[in-house]
Amino acid sequence: MIKTWLGQHWFVFNLTLKRLVSEPVANLLSILVMGIAISLPAGIYTLVENLHTLSGYTQTAPQISLFMKQDSTRQDMDNIRVRLEENTRVAGYLYVPKDQALYQLQLDNGFDKAVQNLAHNPLPDAFIVDAENISTDVIEQLLTEMKTWPEIEHVQFDSAWAERLAALLDFGRIFVFILFTMLSIAIVAIMFNTIRLQILTRQKEIEVSKLIGASDSFIRRPFLYFGAIQGFAGGVTAWLIIVYVIQVLNDEIRTIAGLYALDLQLQPPDHGDIISLLFFAAWLGWLGARVSVASHLRHIELR
Amino acid sequence: MIQFNHVSKRFPDGYMALSNIDLTIETGEMAFVTGHSGAGKSTLLKLIAAIERPTSGSITINGQNIAQLKPAALPLLRRKIGFVFQDHKLLFDRNVFENVLLPLQISGFDRNTAASRVRAALDKVDLLKKEKVMPVTLSGGEQQRLCIARAVVHRPTILIADEPTGNLDTVYAKDIMAMFYSFHQVGVTVLIATHDASLLEDNHHRIIALQHGKLAA
Repeated sequence: MIKTWLGQHWFVFNLTLKRLVSEPVANLLSILVMGIAISLPAGIYTLVENLHTLSGYTQTAPQISLFMKQDSTRQDMDNIRVRLEENTRVAGYLYVPKDQALYQLQLDNGFDKAVQNLAHNPLPDAFIVDAENISTDVIEQLLTEMKTWPEIEHVQFDSAWAERLAALLDFGRIFVFILFTMLSIAIVAIMFNTIRLQILTRQKEIEVSKLIGASDSFIRRPFLYFGAIQGFAGGVTAWLIIVYVIQVLNDEIRTIAGLYALDLQLQPPDHGDIISLLFFAAWLGWLGARVSVASHLRHIELR
Repeated sequence: MIQFNHVSKRFPDGYMALSNIDLTIETGEMAFVTGHSGAGKSTLLKLIAAIERPTSGSITINGQNIAQLKPAALPLLRRKIGFVFQDHKLLFDRNVFENVLLPLQISGFDRNTAASRVRAALDKVDLLKKEKVMPVTLSGGEQQRLCIARAVVHRPTILIADEPTGNLDTVYAKDIMAMFYSFHQVGVTVLIATHDASLLEDNHHRIIALQHGKLAA
């Protein structure tokens, strides 16, 4: 039973491949159109994800400054150290004792005269904390938590930069999403038309099949396979386009990055993304074919 | 057993193809449907395969009222019937073998069983040597035989033929008729529509005569 079922599907799969090959130019062109349509949002998505990864490496990663109370003790410092080390959202931290901070102030800003006139060091001991990543959620949680620590006088975070980048990435993602949605609709529409033409040219075959007892699913099957296979091929094309473009961009980036002594490379989409891309493309093709078949097969009259 | 009870068929344009037909065809019977063109022969045959649906009345095949079948149940009905179409309805983009294979693919036979059944059917109509040939290159008589092979390959219990000798000369027509007799002999219910009087000479089978959509007395 299952063997028969598999045999039927295998047969239709082969039949569909034969039909694809029998009209190579037309089918390659549709596959190319789909590939380009998918590669646009998928490519931008890849760039946005790369930007996201890159932003984690940059030296301007967000830092939180923790200022201790003036009368804090060595024990208080140790408490903070322990908490920072145990916190998974903290990537690292730097302890700046108040003497060092004062010394730095003298050196950096030419405040030496002013500093010398001070009766005592007004600066607090401080920790400079690197957050694990720049997502506003993580930072928000860290800030809220730190503010509750009794040893801390003041928590300072210049969030503007991180928020700007996060907003930019969010914008990028929304843009990708909108592009994906619109081009997906376009692909479904293209497939709708392709299948409509196929149904017209195969009208006689459909009619004869119906007359000798073919079920609707039997008649639909080759068209659905056609849509799914063409969609899948479009996905593969998109993937190749993205890989190629990334390679070209990487050559350029290598030159620029070399000038700044940086090691920057765009990463191609990972396996999970590629598999999602291929299956999504196949599904879009299938969907277009399914809608087309549903609306056109009804009009085939038996004579 | 095929039973027509008060069956009428009116086409959407108002043309009354059949009116008030009462008819019983026994299982295993062979019968001819005759009448002038336009008498309703084709419509009568198409009603049995539910290609046309009656406007009123009931048609039962082995106790099942096919006038009330839901669209989803039609494929199973049609797989029990072999239909030799007046215009052959062969598929010209595939060879002889693949044309005959189609009903078996539809019924879901596995490849090996299907292949041997196709060859058996082609052998019966004497087309085995042409299994790889495309139908366009076949003569009219060969195309007709191909259509018969496709109609019987899934071993239907009812075989219906609409003008099977339509454009054939007498010798070929006799060949074709001999094939139908042999199916009748193995117990298949055979129903043939024809306006060809020569087919009906020295024939002891039942004749159902239609006249303007009514059974002639």
